[in-house]
Amino acid sequence: MGILLAQVAILVVAAFLGFELISRVPSLLHTPLMSATNAIHGIVLVGAVISLAAASDSFTTVIGMVAVVFGAINVVGGFWVTNRMLGMFRPPVKKVKKREQ
Amino acid sequence: MQVATFIAYLVAAALFIVGIRRLRAPETARSGNTLATVGMVIALVATVFVANIDEVLSGVQILAGVAVGSVIGAVAAQRVQMTAMPQMVAAFNGVGGATAALVALSEFYQAEALGTHPETLVATIAVLLSVVIGTVSFAGSIIAFTKLQDLALTGSVTFPLQQVVNAIIALVIVGLAVNILAGGILLDPLISLYLILGASILLGVLFVIPIGGADMPIVISLLNSFTGLAAAASGFVLNNYALIISGTLVGASGTVLTREMSSALGRPLRKIIFAGITASATDSGGGDEEDRPVNDVSAGAVGEYLSDEAEKVVIVPGYGLAVAQAQGPMYDLMEALEAQGKEVFFGIHPVAGRMPGHMNVLLTEAGVPYDKLYDLEDINPELEDADAAIIVGANDVVNPAANDPEQDTPISGMPVLEVENAERVIFVKRSLSPGFAGVDNPLFYDTDKTMMLFSDAKQGLQEIVEAVKNG
Repeated sequence: MGILLAQVAILVVAAFLGFELISRVPSLLHTPLMSATNAIHGIVLVGAVISLAAASDSFTTVIGMVAVVFGAINVVGGFWVTNRMLGMFRPPVKKVKKREQ
Repeated sequence: MQVATFIAYLVAAALFIVGIRRLRAPETARSGNTLATVGMVIALVATVFVANIDEVLSGVQILAGVAVGSVIGAVAAQRVQMTAMPQMVAAFNGVGGATAALVALSEFYQAEALGTHPETLVATIAVLLSVVIGTVSFAGSIIAFTKLQDLALTGSVTFPLQQVVNAIIALVIVGLAVNILAGGILLDPLISLYLILGASILLGVLFVIPIGGADMPIVISLLNSFTGLAAAASGFVLNNYALIISGTLVGASGTVLTREMSSALGRPLRKIIFAGITASATDSGGGDEEDRPVNDVSAGAVGEYLSDEAEKVVIVPGYGLAVAQAQGPMYDLMEALEAQGKEVFFGIHPVAGRMPGHMNVLLTEAGVPYDKLYDLEDINPELEDADAAIIVGANDVVNPAANDPEQDTPISGMPVLEVENAERVIFVKRSLSPGFAGVDNPLFYDTDKTMMLFSDAKQGLQEIVEAVKNG
């Protein structure tokens, strides 16, 4: 029971933190933000790894394998594509330099 | 759980939070993403120590699975076009939802069929939530991907009694869940869970098929938060703090983002989900308005005006720009005008493009520096002393009818860019068709103020650029 209460407390605090964190992001960054949070829920890969490690028959092994592959796609793809997007955001300074050349 | 792993999870969670924080500003955004990535690596490495990898075989399986998934993810992320970003996010989101559901399914199977795991009420509830939410998110994301990629089911697909069917499926899921929680009094718990899985796939599909293209971003955002919640539920199944914290963070943030977007569209979430307004609205307007005169001009005339009389120009890009892949010519127009010493800004409506902020990404990809990208609140004051507002492939987001209290339209109440305050309004548009929301724009018929250039966005912009350079 104690553990459950602690978990629920963490859930509530994390939820409020999530609300606060996002409500101040400019719309300029909404797409990268959606993509980054999308990658963060790839944390479920951690669950998939634990699940596959504990697999005790062929059924759970197959399910675990598929879960690990899917989870890894979510994590790697999500962070990679976000990084690619943000790499294109050009700071204003660079632009001025370009004009001078 | 080992103390070291617990601490590693806390560090990972902190890095996620700092990472998201840094995503608030374009200067720090990329480092924010990097920090979050580091957090993920820490969490994964720490997991290896709590997972009971007592056999070489499972270690190999884990490594192989991670390697295969990483390669697929990386290749997809590297190759995807920026215009296809919404379906890419939908796809990554879908596999995440499936992962959460599969983890829960596996745990339940081990508890029920093999008896290798203890079964508690809390864990069972968490399994049910994870399977249902994760599966709905998976199936819904696949449908969203299919629609956005124009593979099938484009537009709003509806059938009679849709809401009733959805409600029945939901009730079936609840019934089966109660059966499981009661220890399987009517039906074997494992079979019940498989049926729930199937019903959830159906529910996810039916939930997304009636939603039309322009509402899709909101649905993706909603499904993103669903997957977060499914991950958190899996955390309760596995007693894993990393999953609970991170999943909840994403669930909460996705909800906020979804609400912000739907209010930017002026459409309550409820209306989008319970669809139906798209189909009925498209026929309003138009009709008798067809014969009203418009000031139909050539690209040459637009170029001449911009070159000779405009000093301050605001460009408003919309969905049509992305469809026509006209970001390049748009950048050329900015350069051509700036070469003549004119001021150029971009006014970006929160829902321009195919997902919120998508237009910003497309324009930055074309080379536009982000300090020229103004959002709704910042561009409206600029429009008041602008000499020209060029609207490319957009209508709803600049339609003054949205603020007209006399009219009741699907976009009423939606904040719009007040382009009518500029000296001249120039539309680059393929036709007079009123666009997604189906509301006629009175600006089209203001022949003193408005120039209408009927053209494909890409070709029209290229011609204007030529005209500006020659003028």
